[in-house]
Amino acid sequence: MKYHLQKELDKIKEKLLTLGALVEDRVYKAVRSIESKDEVVAKKIIEADNEIDEMEIELEEDCLKVLALHQPVAVDLRFIIAVIKINNDLERVADQAVNIASRVANISKREKSEEFFHDYSLMEEKVEYMFVKSLDAFVNMDVSLAEKIIKMDDEVDKLKGEAYDIIKDAMIKRSDQIGYLINFFLISRHLERIADYATNIAEEVIYLVEGKIVRHRDEYLYKGKL
Amino acid sequence: MNDFFKLTASDVDFYYGDFKALKNVSLNFIEKEVMALIGPSGCGKSTFLRCINRMNDLISGTRVDGSIVLDNVDIYNDRIDVVNLRKKVGMVFQKPNPFPKSIFENVAYGLRVNGIRDKNAIAGMVEKSLIQAALFDEVKDRLKDSALGLSGGQQQRLCIARALAVEPEILLMDEPASALDPIATQKIEELIHQLKKDYTIIIVTHNMQQAARVSDKTAFFYMGELVEVNKTDTLFTKPEKIQTEEYITGRFG
Amino acid sequence: MNEAIIDTLKLEYTNIKSVNEKVLLFKDSGKRRRTIEQLFFMMFKVAAMINGLALIVIVSYLVINGYQSISFEFLIEAPKESMTKGGIFPCILGTLYLSCGAIIFALPIGIASAIYINEYAVQSRFLNFIRLGINTLAGVPSIVFGLFGLAFFCIVLKMGVSIIAGSLTLGIMSLPVIISATEEALKSVPDTYREASLGLGATKWQTIYKVVLPTALPGILTGTILALSRAAGETAPIMFTGAVFFTQTLPTSIFDEVMALPYHIYVLATAGINIELTRPLQYGSALVLLIMVLGMNLVAIIYRSKLRRK
Repeated sequence: MKYHLQKELDKIKEKLLTLGALVEDRVYKAVRSIESKDEVVAKKIIEADNEIDEMEIELEEDCLKVLALHQPVAVDLRFIIAVIKINNDLERVADQAVNIASRVANISKREKSEEFFHDYSLMEEKVEYMFVKSLDAFVNMDVSLAEKIIKMDDEVDKLKGEAYDIIKDAMIKRSDQIGYLINFFLISRHLERIADYATNIAEEVIYLVEGKIVRHRDEYLYKGKL
Repeated sequence: MNDFFKLTASDVDFYYGDFKALKNVSLNFIEKEVMALIGPSGCGKSTFLRCINRMNDLISGTRVDGSIVLDNVDIYNDRIDVVNLRKKVGMVFQKPNPFPKSIFENVAYGLRVNGIRDKNAIAGMVEKSLIQAALFDEVKDRLKDSALGLSGGQQQRLCIARALAVEPEILLMDEPASALDPIATQKIEELIHQLKKDYTIIIVTHNMQQAARVSDKTAFFYMGELVEVNKTDTLFTKPEKIQTEEYITGRFG
Repeated sequence: MNEAIIDTLKLEYTNIKSVNEKVLLFKDSGKRRRTIEQLFFMMFKVAAMINGLALIVIVSYLVINGYQSISFEFLIEAPKESMTKGGIFPCILGTLYLSCGAIIFALPIGIASAIYINEYAVQSRFLNFIRLGINTLAGVPSIVFGLFGLAFFCIVLKMGVSIIAGSLTLGIMSLPVIISATEEALKSVPDTYREASLGLGATKWQTIYKVVLPTALPGILTGTILALSRAAGETAPIMFTGAVFFTQTLPTSIFDEVMALPYHIYVLATAGINIELTRPLQYGSALVLLIMVLGMNLVAIIYRSKLRRK
């Protein structure tokens, strides 16, 4: 026998995963566009953001409805809270994909003389992995995977630091191309933000499964567990 | 014995004839805290509640093993006077059950049977109890009227005032709001919050939201056993036992 | 026309037909069931009406035949001329004495027994024995009570034929009625009252005295008055123990014998000097007795509804 509340929760989970898949697709396309500098793809991403915003609002309303009508407790309550937060994170990830796309659109407008290129592929790979896996961790309630993702956030931060140093040097050498370089640097920042959101999602997964709030508690992960 | 606890139940078994209604229940109560007892029908929560003021003594063929210690005294000790125990441990029942007497006489009843004769003292206690039960303003002009003319919610608050008049230390409430409408229920719950300052309250409820709202701690009973006792917020957000989780989320059975 | 279409139409037609038949069948059985329903309803109604009719017939028969003999003198005078003339005052008084005496004796014992059985006693052989006693007492014919009263109260206890002997006999006969009425009244007091009282630190006796008895009082009193009216109308238990054929003086103590209405009617109707001549007196006496009994019932009903309202 399936309870009414359970059906509602299943529906919400389904919607969240649909949203996740859409956002994943945006991130994938945005990241690819960095290398291809494909202005058309970038424009499409920017224009399609409405769709995700609408889905986010709809999902949030569903969650509020369940809270008001069913007053869920224990695992159901944690699930709804996690979904509300993940939903929010997903929407912001989509915003970052849009931001990346705008940078790409800006970059692609530059003249040929602006030849500088920093290879973000390793960072892109890690960020995408983190984001996709954070959703997997949610689907499978996989705490160890979530912990792994949280740990990876430092690696991404490090890569962003490296990009900062390199681009700073480039700015000193090519002071005529500062605008272009700022756009280029911002891509690293957007990628890093996506990794942060993936980390948030992973933290929500741990809360959902274990009922522990691990945010701002670095010792839990680094000293205690890993 | 632990001075820290107002009331300590240790290894309590309870039998209705051959049927074992409580199995090895151990539960501690801290003074001036609200403990909610929840669980499906027939899980033993009401039986446990009625062990605390020995109301089960009235049913023939029942037996209690283990000990329930109130202020370092075992209440199942042979030398305990049940009448005195019940003065110390007040009870409010599921259905409002005022006596078919006047409002005043209902509250004064406990004082009169306990031998208080002084009219002024009785009047003072009645007023104080009615104020405590948040009923005084509604009935002060008709204290001589029959209690049966009050609304259900008022009757239940009158029953609470009646219990408070004998100055108990512990207040047992057996589903005190189950027969009331939401507004009256809310008033009772608000009252419980107020009374917590002065009394140790143990409340049995079928309404989990109610347990969550009024209690500091919640104990979950199932099939005569105490499955889990925890701080209420913990029990309702991350219960430790899978049975508790299943019960409070409605995935039971 | 296309054959397939025709086939579909045929099929539809048969479907409609079978559905209609089902509806009709359903209607048929409904009609039959309603008829049976009404038949039984009528039977019960007739049965209930017989009660009312019986009362109306008896009362109107007595009223028609007896009202002429009732006068103020009839009620306050003693019988005269070998009971062929005069009134029935000594009989009314005697009946009142006897039945009130019976209640004074039976009420405390009856209530006390009922309290013991209902509130204190636990299920045991002793309790079963007491219940058996009460039930048997209720089934004993009234003439046996009369003989017992004669043998025990009048002869063994040397009371002779007197108000007290008659009252005690009537009282014993009323006990089962009072006990069962009281027991019913006590049972109808919700247990939550008892629990609430005990929960406030009251003793069992305080609970019974202050909560249970006041709540049960209307029921107890109703039962008692009904028992009283039954006792007032009895002839057999008093004809050997308290009532006499004729006495010239009114009783001055409880050891005096009295005349009583039911016995008086019996005497006039069967053993009088001139039975035909005293017919009006018989009807008059019977009517007075009936009014007394109905009056007591009426008092019981009014009193109960008054207490209930409170």
